[in-house]
Amino acid sequence: MRLIRRDQSSRLALVFAPIAAVLFTLMVCSALVAWAKVPVLQTYGLLFEGAFGSRFALSETLTRAVPLIFTGLSAAVAFRARLFNIGAEGQLYAGALAAVAVGGSQVGEGFAISDSVLFLGMILCGMLAGALMLIGPALLKAKFSVDEVVTTLLLNFIVLLFVSAMLDGPMKDPAGMGWPQSVALKGELEFSKLLEKTRLHTGLLWALGAVLVVTIINRFTRLGLQMRSVGSNLEASGFLGLPVNAVLIKTALISGALAGLAGVSEVAGRTSYVTLDMSPGYGYTGIVIAMLAGLSPIGVVVASVFVAGMLVGADAMSRVVAVPTYIADVIVAVSLIAMLVAAMLIQFKVQWTLSKKSLS
Amino acid sequence: MSSHGLPILRLKHISKRFGQAVANDDISLDLARGEVLALLGENGAGKSTLVSILFGHYLADQGEVEAFGRTLPPGDPKAALAAGIGMVHQHFTLADNLSVLDNVMLGLEPLWRWKSSRALIRKRLLEACGQYGLQVEPDAFVKALSVGERQRVEILKALVRGAKVLILDEPTAVLTPQESDGLFSTLNAMVQKGLSIIFITHKLGEVMRVADRIAVLRNGQLIGVFDKANASPAQLAELMVGRKIDSPRLSGALNGALNGALNGALNGALSGARGSGHSAAQSTAQSSAIKSSPSSTPMASDSDGPVISSAPILMQMNAVKALAFQVRAGEILAIAGVAGNGQQTLAHAVEQRRDWIEQGLARIPEDRTHVGVVGDANLIENAVLHRLNDPRFLCGPKWLHFFGFLNRKAMREAANEIVARFDVRAQALEQPMRTLSGGNIQKFILGRELGGKPTMVIANQPTWGLDVGATAYIHQQILDARERGAAVLLISEDLDEIWAIADRVAVIFKGQLSEAKPIADWTTASLGLAMAGQA
Repeated sequence: MRLIRRDQSSRLALVFAPIAAVLFTLMVCSALVAWAKVPVLQTYGLLFEGAFGSRFALSETLTRAVPLIFTGLSAAVAFRARLFNIGAEGQLYAGALAAVAVGGSQVGEGFAISDSVLFLGMILCGMLAGALMLIGPALLKAKFSVDEVVTTLLLNFIVLLFVSAMLDGPMKDPAGMGWPQSVALKGELEFSKLLEKTRLHTGLLWALGAVLVVTIINRFTRLGLQMRSVGSNLEASGFLGLPVNAVLIKTALISGALAGLAGVSEVAGRTSYVTLDMSPGYGYTGIVIAMLAGLSPIGVVVASVFVAGMLVGADAMSRVVAVPTYIADVIVAVSLIAMLVAAMLIQFKVQWTLSKKSLS
Repeated sequence: MSSHGLPILRLKHISKRFGQAVANDDISLDLARGEVLALLGENGAGKSTLVSILFGHYLADQGEVEAFGRTLPPGDPKAALAAGIGMVHQHFTLADNLSVLDNVMLGLEPLWRWKSSRALIRKRLLEACGQYGLQVEPDAFVKALSVGERQRVEILKALVRGAKVLILDEPTAVLTPQESDGLFSTLNAMVQKGLSIIFITHKLGEVMRVADRIAVLRNGQLIGVFDKANASPAQLAELMVGRKIDSPRLSGALNGALNGALNGALNGALSGARGSGHSAAQSTAQSSAIKSSPSSTPMASDSDGPVISSAPILMQMNAVKALAFQVRAGEILAIAGVAGNGQQTLAHAVEQRRDWIEQGLARIPEDRTHVGVVGDANLIENAVLHRLNDPRFLCGPKWLHFFGFLNRKAMREAANEIVARFDVRAQALEQPMRTLSGGNIQKFILGRELGGKPTMVIANQPTWGLDVGATAYIHQQILDARERGAAVLLISEDLDEIWAIADRVAVIFKGQLSEAKPIADWTTASLGLAMAGQA
């Protein structure tokens, strides 16, 4: 078997490869479902119904997709410039903590600050907190070529411990009955609901706005071109006089701010206060989403909805049939592998070597 | 030297397509014992494809390969190796952090065995070294070796594996003239011992020196096979390119080089220099650093005065040495020298001078695909990447410039101008740069750098690895820049190139620059001596 680079990737393959990848994933995972001695088709039916089958299901899926869009964008922006930010998880918590620090119900009492200013301050401080988390690793990379994978990854644990200390210390919720959670966000600062009687909040609009901004940066601005150039060829970029370090820092600021926004939107849109389990690894899932999306901002939206749908659908499904919700993680993982293979098949075609029959 | 007996290797009606392109079109060739067969052709003529099929890297669409009377299974390099076919790739396949012996052993031993055959292989390696006059220290680390020595290791790898047919893909592309001479005498020794060699090249001079027979390929077709005695360089050049080559200065120099006078002189001059600390100097040269370069006045308005004038560039080789040169307006100063004597340090020192760049220094870097352009970006983007601060390429009123919205139309125009004026062959401006051929990438870089009519030019190995047509074109453009009054610094290891276009020549050896003398004052012998540090 050998791989041959296609002269031109066919448009047909471009459209059908992701679909084929999803179908392939479902086929592989159906073996696991069958192993649990549950009818496969019914299970998948429940999964999709739970994810997209009703107004409520769809709203839950979209609610779950919001933080994923932010962290997915964060990874996509950074990876395009070859800044491997693995720290979106920590940046998310930093953003969430900053949001509560600015807009918490006990904070700033006695000051006459209008809610709209406070709201803006909450958003900006959340972005800033996320950005600051990444600025250190980016500077270390630029000045001393310290591997940012290591620094950003390890920062995640530091941030989580810091959050834990805050939740048990200065920011502990007095009404929390000893539960490690932060003070609640002021009610006036919470995102309003998009759909009545659902949890879907305006964070979705913020997320889509972020997608638009990143798309514009990528497509139409000098910074977008510079980020791509630095990411694809650092040496040539340096030779051609691009401000490589400045581009890296700017990328870090954008990527970190996006991950920080994920934390803000979770606090303001869903949880109202920070807890240590507010993110079931959204930061890491963002990396998977960015890869699934091929680093395209629009693709991030699609991939986020897909992954969120699988997670939400699996919850609903497990309430009916005896398949653990972990099936969602397996489906997401297998679909990532299938998608990466599909992406490769778009660029290459497989030629099977003839057997040695020509040995006469 | 050759005994044209029974063919030991036969290529029968080989055809291979890549999509629309026909890389090989029904090619049949024989190779006799003890002969050197040259595959001559421009880049993209199908030479590399043909030997890749022969060696089993590619599957032929049609046709088969017969070695020593037996058909080789297609697509199986192991079978080709077992049949005694060895290949030395243009880009070496060596592990830098292992010793020479380790590299030779790699793949020779099964993984699960108690006893190592290290001693045996060392013996065979030393035998091969002695037999063919290949000097290599078995315990030296590959990373400490010069390019020429690394090539010797590649050849030894094939020989220790019992190769009877050796395929060399553009072996001199990475070698200095002196190293090439060494290679040619090695090949001679091999042929005497009955080995056969397939030698891929696009350089006519080499063909006339080493080949017994010459197969000319063009556009995937075998144009003809000639005995060297019946072939003239001019005729071969025309067959290879498919048209007459139009730069008279260049072809004159080409013919001059073909006489072979050059190489005899160099051989003698360098034999003494070869052993002594050559590779040590090379490795320190690569890690050498510029300590300081105090500024000087690079520009002078009168055309007589020096234009590029390097204030002492300190080079740290064995010892810290200062190096200074001056290039006057309207002349080409060539820096000749054996690879690894500080050319790269010198080139980087000049290329990175911010003040010169701001004054419009045109830079043609050595590594055109990885340094000269961003391969994944398209032609439009590559045309302006180095001048994105120019407000011409930004949209809208001044206050909007902060956001840096790109003016695609102006960028397109810039790319169009380069493509049109410098004859860059591309299907579309939106095409990624890496999809262009090496020659076209170099033309694009030339267009980008020379289009603005610079007063200073540094060209580092500008025609390295390019075919005859592209080389002639690039030489013409550099000559044109000189005619316009630019000061051109040319760093080249290709003596043909220096003879063709240089006005003055200085030789760099172990980080020191000889006096720059007019080209007429140099002879091949004196150049060779200077390159060996014996001037």
